[in-house]
Formats: sequence, C-alpha cells, structure tokens
Amino acid sequence: MSLSVTDLRVHYRTLRGDVKALDGVTFEVADGEIMGIAGESGCGKTTLGKALIRLDTRMKHAGGTVALDGEKLPIADDGAMRRHRYREVSLIPQYAMSAMNPTRKIGRMIRDLLAAHNVRYTDVLPELERRLELVGLDAEVLKRYPIELSGGMKQRVVLVLSTLLNPSLLIGDEVTSALDVSSQKAVARALVEFRDHGFVRSMIVITHDISVLFQVADTILVMYAGHLAEKAPARTIIDEPLHPYTKMLIGALPKVGDRYEEQQLEGIEGRPPSLLDPPAGCRFRARCPLAHDKCAEAPPFREVAEGHQVACWAVS
Amino acid sequence: MSQGLGLDKLDQRGAATEATEPPGATPAPSGSRKPGGDVRETLYFALRNPKVVIGSVVVLAFLLLGLLGPLFLKFAPMDYAGPPMAPPSADFPFGTTTFGQDVFAQFVAGLRSTFLVGLLGGGVAAVIGMAIGFVAGYRGGLIDELLNMLTNVVLVIPGFVVLIIINAYLGVRSVPMQALYIGVFSWPWVARAVRAQTLSLRSRDFIDLARLSGVGVGTILRREVAPNMYSYLFMTFVLLFGGSILTAASLDFIGLGPTNAMSLGLMMNQAVQWSALHLGLWWWFIPPGLGITLIVGSLYIMNVGLDEVFNPKLREM
Amino acid sequence: MRGYLARKTVIYGLTFVVAVTLNWLIPRLMPGDPVQRMVARAAVQHPETIAAMTAYYEQTFGLDLPLWQQYLNYWAALFRGDLGTSVWLFPAPVAQVVLDAVPYTLGIMIPAILLSFVVGNSVGAMAARSRWLDNVALPVGYLITAMPYMWLAILLAWGFGVALGWFPVAGGYDFGMVPQWSWAFAGDLLQHWVLPFLSLFLVSLGGWAIGMRNLIIYELESDYANYLSALGAPKRLVRQYAFRNAMLPQITGLALQLGTILGGALVTEIVFAYPGLGKLVLSAIQNQDFFLLQGTLLFVVIGVLLANFVIDIVYVLVDPRTRTGLTGATA
Repeated sequence: MSLSVTDLRVHYRTLRGDVKALDGVTFEVADGEIMGIAGESGCGKTTLGKALIRLDTRMKHAGGTVALDGEKLPIADDGAMRRHRYREVSLIPQYAMSAMNPTRKIGRMIRDLLAAHNVRYTDVLPELERRLELVGLDAEVLKRYPIELSGGMKQRVVLVLSTLLNPSLLIGDEVTSALDVSSQKAVARALVEFRDHGFVRSMIVITHDISVLFQVADTILVMYAGHLAEKAPARTIIDEPLHPYTKMLIGALPKVGDRYEEQQLEGIEGRPPSLLDPPAGCRFRARCPLAHDKCAEAPPFREVAEGHQVACWAVS
Repeated sequence: MSQGLGLDKLDQRGAATEATEPPGATPAPSGSRKPGGDVRETLYFALRNPKVVIGSVVVLAFLLLGLLGPLFLKFAPMDYAGPPMAPPSADFPFGTTTFGQDVFAQFVAGLRSTFLVGLLGGGVAAVIGMAIGFVAGYRGGLIDELLNMLTNVVLVIPGFVVLIIINAYLGVRSVPMQALYIGVFSWPWVARAVRAQTLSLRSRDFIDLARLSGVGVGTILRREVAPNMYSYLFMTFVLLFGGSILTAASLDFIGLGPTNAMSLGLMMNQAVQWSALHLGLWWWFIPPGLGITLIVGSLYIMNVGLDEVFNPKLREM
Repeated sequence: MRGYLARKTVIYGLTFVVAVTLNWLIPRLMPGDPVQRMVARAAVQHPETIAAMTAYYEQTFGLDLPLWQQYLNYWAALFRGDLGTSVWLFPAPVAQVVLDAVPYTLGIMIPAILLSFVVGNSVGAMAARSRWLDNVALPVGYLITAMPYMWLAILLAWGFGVALGWFPVAGGYDFGMVPQWSWAFAGDLLQHWVLPFLSLFLVSLGGWAIGMRNLIIYELESDYANYLSALGAPKRLVRQYAFRNAMLPQITGLALQLGTILGGALVTEIVFAYPGLGKLVLSAIQNQDFFLLQGTLLFVVIGVLLANFVIDIVYVLVDPRTRTGLTGATA
C-alpha cells in the first residue's frame, strides 16, 4: 500500500474563525493507482492536495495522519517535511503556467533545484532529455526561458521536472484546466504513461473536469463539503454511482470538455454549507432528495462492495 | 515625481494580488459582493490595526491643531510678537524667530497650508489619474495607446523641474495654485495602476454581464469597476497626499512658495536664510520639518496598515 | 529587445520635445511684455548690462517673428549649445556656468544613488527575512522616507557642522583656497562633500529598503516560489530567486525616481550652499536670471532622460522577458 490517510483534518485560519476545509477524511491509494478527486469548488479537494505536500501559511493541521509507504509524513512540520518533498511526494501545481521562475533558463532552474537535493545535474541530464523527448519536447527547451514556451509545453516541462526523481506519490492539481482540448489529451496520456513507465508509483489527480478523470483515473474519490462522499473504480462511479451527490454530479455533467468551475451544478439545488461552522450530520442533507431523519447523524464512509466505499444512509 | 515612496511599489503589488479565498469560507458563489457588509467589515479590521490607528491619530491630531490652533493664538504668523530669538517659553511654546515672530503661530498656519496642499494636490492627481487610467484600461485600442504614451511622457519628465519653471515665471504663489500644479505632474502613477486594475477587472464575468445588458460605459465603470478598486484608490490617494506635501515643501524651500500664506517649507527657507543654524535657533527649524515628517510618515505607516486590512493575505502573516 | 528599446526611445524623444516646448512656452505665457518685465525684475544696475539684456531677450524671443519661427529658432539655438548669457554672472554664457556646476551635483548624486540603492536593497532583503529587523527597519524606513530632503540636510548641518564642528557646512571648498590639484585641496573638497552626500544618501535609503522588503514578500508568495518550496527547495534558494526577481522592478524604480532624487539634490545643495546646480537654481531665482534658470533646468531634463535610457539598457540586459521579442516567443 502506498498512501494511507487517516482521519485527516485541516483547517484554514481566517479572521472569522477556522474554516474546516478537511473534516476527517480517511482513504488509501494503492501502489500504481491513479486516483481522481472530484467535487465542486470549495469541497476540500485542493486543500487535500496541498496537505499531502505543503500546507500554505494559513492552513493548520488539526488532526489525523498521513503515511506514505508505511512511514508517517510530518505534514505539520514544514522543515521536517522538506526531506520528503520531491523525492517521495511531488506536485504538479494548479498554476503550472507560472510555476517556473520567469527570469531563469529552465535548465538552470532544474540544476539549482537538483543541487538543493544533492543530485548532480549532469548525472540526471540524459534521463531528463529522454523524458522530455517522451512528452514530445526537444532538449533545447532547457536553454529557454519559460516565457518562450507555449502553455502546453510548460505543462509538459513541469510534468517531467516534478517526476524527475521518481516520487512515490504525485499530486496533480488541475493539471489540464488551463489547456486546450488537444493539449489536455496529450497531458492526460503522458500522466498514464509516466505511471506505466514507473516514473511515479501512484498519483492523485484533482480536477474540476470529470471527463479528464475518465481518461486517466483508475479510481475516483468524490468529496463534498470537507467530507468524503464516495470512492470507487472509475467505471463504477460512472455506471453505478451510489451516493446521491455522485449521481447528481455525473448526471449534471455536461458534454466532454465542458467545465463547471464557478457555476453551480445545474440540477442540484442550493449550495454547500459554510465550513466555518458546518452542520452536524450528513453535509449534503440540505440538497439531497433522499434526505430523512437518520441523516441528522453523519453517515460512516463504509465499504459496500469490493473497492467501493460510500457515506450515505440511503445505501444499504 | 513626488518625493517619498515610489508608488510603483503599489503598482507592482496591486495588479497581481489575487487572494485565493479558502474553500468554503464564503458560501456565496460568483463575483458578487455586498458593498455594505464590506464597508463595515473593513472598518472593523481597520480599527483593530495598530498601524492604521496610530497613523490616523497622529495625522488627525495635526489636522485639528491646524484647524483649531489659530482660534487660541494671540499673534498672527508674521507679527513681531515678542523678543527676538527667544527660546521656547510659556508665552512662546516654540520660541521666536530672529525678528521676534511667534514660531508656534507660524507652525500652526503652516500646518493649514500643508494639509491644503496634500488634499488638493493628491486630489487633483487622483482625479486625473483615475480618469485617464479608467478610460485607457476600459476602452483599449488606440485610445489606450495614446493615453499610455502620454502617461509615460509625464512620468519621465522631472516634474519638480517643470514646477520650478512654472512657479518662477508665472509667479504662482497661492497654496491652491501650487497644489494644482503639483497634482498635474503626479498623476501618472495613478493612471498606470488604475489602468492595470481596470484591465484585469474588465475581463471578469460581471463586466461582460453588465455590458450585455446594455448599460453605458460610465455606469459600468461607476457601478462595477470602481467599487472593486475603492481600497486601492484610497491607498493611492494617501500616498499622493504625502508626496504632494513633500514636493510643496521643497518648492517653498527654494523660495517658490506662497507669498500670501505661511507654510512649513517657507519656515525652513526663512530659518536657513536668516542663519538660524549658526545662531543655534533650533526651535525655528526643527518643528516645521518634524511636523512634515510625522504627518507624511504617519500617512505611510497608516497605508501599510490599510494594505493589511484590505488584503487579507497580508493580514494573516 | 529592439522593439522594447525602440518604444523607449520614442517615449524619451517625445518627452524631450515636450520638455523643451514647455521650457519655450511657459515664459511666453507671462502676462505683458516679457522682455520689459524680465529686465525690470532683474536686479541689475549697470546700463550696459541692461542694454545687452534687452537686446539679447529681444533677439532670442524674436517677438516680432511669427510663433512657429520663434519656436524653430529656439530649437536651432539649443542645438548650437547656445543657452544664452547669464545675467547674474554677466557676460558668462549659461552653458559654461552650468558645466562648471555639474561636477559638484554629480559628485554627490551618483555616489548617493548607487550606495543607497545597494545598501537599501540589502537592508530590505534582510528585513524580509527577520521579523525583528522588520519591526525596526520598517517604521524607521517609513519615517526617513517621509523626511523632507532639506530638513535632514538642515539637521545634519546643525548637528555635525555647527554643534559638533566636525564638518564645514557651507560651500564646495574653503573660501580661502584656490581650486588646484593638491592633496590639501582634495581633502578639503572631501570634507565639504561628506554632509551633502550623507543627507541625500540617507533620505534615499529608506525608500529602497521598503520597496525591496515589500517586493520580496510579494515574490515569496508567487507561484514559482510556491512550486520550488513544494519540490523541497531550501528557503535559501527560494529567497535567492525572489531577490533576483525583486531587483528588476527596483531597477525600473531607480529610473523613475531619478527626477525626484535630483530634486532632492537641488534642495540639499541649497542648504549646504554647495556650488552645484541647486545653488545655481536658487541664485537664478533670487537674481531673476531666467536664462540661467532655463538653461540649468534644461540641462537637468536632458541628464535625467539620458540616465533613464542607460538604466533601460541595463534592464534589457538583466531581464530576459524584454528580449524574447527577438526569438519569436510562442511555439
């Protein structure tokens, strides 16, 4: 087993109080698994991604553990976590377009980064060039500044760079959101290829765009308002979703490539509850057509079939 | 062109700061904001920010002194009120000049000019800069090119030099006219900043919506763009206010100050001219400079505080 | 790059034309007959001076000519390096008077600018790193920046000059000395130089420190800094990148602040009666010597524009983003 997250709680400190962005999530990602995370804006999926590699200054680890390959990650301790970053946990950020220092040549930046990890650039260079070629880039990009590359090229450079030291876990946050459809496909394919080549052991892919998950993910985790709703193999989530929220999410899914970003899901009335002071019980209760008295109590996230977990009282 | 803080720092920052709201903090979806709630919340945090509080208290104290002080004074600034070169005493809290003028009376009168110059100079610059920046950013195209060119030209011209020429030839010697000319040469920062903000706001949905619904440009700017920039404009104005005061002080010091009023710069001009340094009359030249430093410094520190209030990201750090 | 420099050149060229035009136009906006007014206002007694002045003004203003011709004549004279004759130092040509004063101004300005830039940016970078230093440096920096140039100059002159007597407070060199190449004179020059330099240096310092501190904090929040940190880069590397990138706007800022610093140099010189351009401006105003005033200020404008241009070239060398125009960016 590669990654195991237990009862993880992460809060955002704001002046109005703590926003409980992740309120007790427990799941596992197996070796070689590409797990997609889906959910509306503010469901906690980006927070989850950040919590696994680097909490930002306003985030607070409020409880729970994360273990990678059996070793507990010190996610609350920025200094101690540094040792694990890149070699074990790596990231393709949401902002890949601006992820590289605009005033350094790409090769130079990679050299500096590797030096910080005590890796000699020249030792890795052949492999680096091979992987760039694999994603259709010339080794010449290393002599260029980021601004000289197109969006798709930057995205692919970041993919290669992030996985250069063969991390156990790669977190991809909105990897394809900023790209046009054809670049999206290329990057999605590259992600799967990288896993197949063993450049990364397992992956968590976070996206607004469920259609991307169908292309890359083995399993899909659906989140709602800081809680887990459902996790199952990708096919199962599409064909036989159990949680009413998942059903609506899939049902509300427009044509391939459309994104629902800031808009509210059509067909799902209302909006998620405020996480400043979330209501007890099932968080989806207020919008759920199947809600009943029992839902005042939070449903457990339990396994209903092999590899299929759901948090809903209506699912027996 | 104004001495003091380069507004480019603000320019740099403001254009790019896009705070990422934590998920779920505000359940409200797309870009609509409730101005009423915002104002109250802003005020709430402003009153709890020590930088804002201390800064505004100092500035207001000087303002009150300038406004109310003359009511309690026995002498006019230029009156030969007492013994020459007297050090501070109960009768003359700031002492007297070589001619026996009351330094405190001059100081209080100078404060009035200082605030007037700041308010008018900063105001004129803000109005011109906002108008040009809004139009350039919103209309784009050729108009933007031309206005941008104009902005850059005025930005590069050493405005202080042109002010010297104008004042020397045209004998502009009243405080409001001086402020007007200062404002005319210090707007480019505002224009650049406002243009950048307008550009970034223009591309957002709600502007498109407003445009689709057939509302006029002016209305869109007033209702949609401006409210999103109030905080930013206010901070810019504060910086311009301070800059105008410093520029005016320099002009006054060169001897191009108002002829019909007292100002803090003029006090320093006279002190130096009449050898206050060599005679050791520190009470003559310390108060005017200290007054300016405290007023402008407090404005700057207040601005740092306001930045923290308006920009929650900085607040947390 | 060529595009970037070409655009800048156009702006500077345009600015130059505007500045010269303003310089030509403003005196013509004076009410009444400018020649008579200026002759009357000039506090000159000698009849020959008055006659020469009147003749000169009339020739230069050429008021009987159509406006466009007056304007062209003005430009022609400018290109001949003819800035007129000083009334105050009659019959010295303005260009000569100005050239004699320039070294003094540059002598305090250039070291003050460079040193304050380097020191200020270093202090700012350090402040961004240390909370303690930040809490001290920031308010002090803001207060220094808020000081009027001449007030700090007055304080220094009073403290170190009059009260302590460490440095002379007036002139560029001792009145008893004759300018010459000797150690004694050089030492004397240096002594007179210290306070004006220090004054200008100190006032400029705060602004750079604050700017750098704010820019670094902003850079540390940027995407590339977050990405580097997420990939386990040590703070040192992230800071190094942030500092490098924060320098770029500071360089632009330097160009844009030149006019302001120059204004500061002018008033500082006045406090110390330092024989640079500032003192010329003051003397010209006090003696109503308009040719000297205009000539000096025109010189200043040209200097600021040239310096701006130099800084822009430096900027192109350090910021790759301005160069990409050449390579045809997007692929």
